[in-house]
Amino acid sequence: MLPFAPGIGAWGLVTGVAMVKGGLSVPLALLMSLTVYAGSAQLASLPLLAAGAPMWVVWAAAFCVNLRFLIYSAQWRPFIEHLTRGRRLLFAYFAADLNLVVFQRAYPKPAPDHAHVPYYVGGACTIWPAWQLPSIAGIALAHVIPTQWGLGFAGTLAMLGLTYGLLSDRTTWVAAAVSGTAAVAAYALPLKLNIMVAIAAAVAAGLMIEQAQRASDRLRSTP
Amino acid sequence: MNDTWSTALTIVGLAVVTVVTRGFFLYPEREVPLPEWLKRGLKVAPLAALTAVVLPEIVMVHGRIIDTWQDARLPAVAVATLWYVWRPGVLGPLLAGLAVYLPLRLGLGW
Repeated sequence: MLPFAPGIGAWGLVTGVAMVKGGLSVPLALLMSLTVYAGSAQLASLPLLAAGAPMWVVWAAAFCVNLRFLIYSAQWRPFIEHLTRGRRLLFAYFAADLNLVVFQRAYPKPAPDHAHVPYYVGGACTIWPAWQLPSIAGIALAHVIPTQWGLGFAGTLAMLGLTYGLLSDRTTWVAAAVSGTAAVAAYALPLKLNIMVAIAAAVAAGLMIEQAQRASDRLRSTP
Repeated sequence: MNDTWSTALTIVGLAVVTVVTRGFFLYPEREVPLPEWLKRGLKVAPLAALTAVVLPEIVMVHGRIIDTWQDARLPAVAVATLWYVWRPGVLGPLLAGLAVYLPLRLGLGW
């Protein structure tokens, strides 16, 4: 998890700056960083808060931006089903995108393993400070940090290396190509819903490849 | 003052949204049955989400596909990719990409 710290940190810093520049006072920005702990939902809610939108509108918007976490939570389930409900929810609170990506790389199959939970806790304890400290620095130094440096791009570059690492076979290559294209094509959708469109397209493409593979296997086995 | 408190309450509500979304299928004691094909299909979801975040950040500006080569992100991504082919990892491509990106952006204004 440590190699991701600079990339996460760059995004945390940018989010911290954005919260203060988006109109939040320093105490409120700190509250948001420390409690919400979901960068894209934080960024999406800033313009709504600034415009004085009703509370439920802000919450509904954040829910839409966070829709992908619903899918992730179904994937976490087999690994932590044995924990109590309270612990599962505590676990869920810290389960950001990177946690699942890195975890899945370490444990591709949900076979029982005592190392699952400690591995996750270690990752969560690394990502939390790697995000919060730069985010707090961004809040404190919002008016000093020059935004034209485009520091958020460091986060993108870190994700790039991670994405390459996940491309292992034909299914993953096609899924990535389909998802990337769909995300660009559907970019105009509000509330980052283009990400959900991209996931749906990639899942459909993956299933189609699986079907085609099966059909070709069947044809080969019949003489 | 009143405004501050309502914003604070909205923010605390956002934290609840974080837990509700991230724990959606973790909350029930019994597993919510999902069809087997969907479970298999959703395995690519994290990769798909990652690509869906990364690619627009590279090829788009203000909601449009970039229409010039003079964008610091393109050579930075090319160098980061080459670096990854040479030495797979996260930190190496990141630093190589930034080494191209920052001079072009700050020096040439790309």
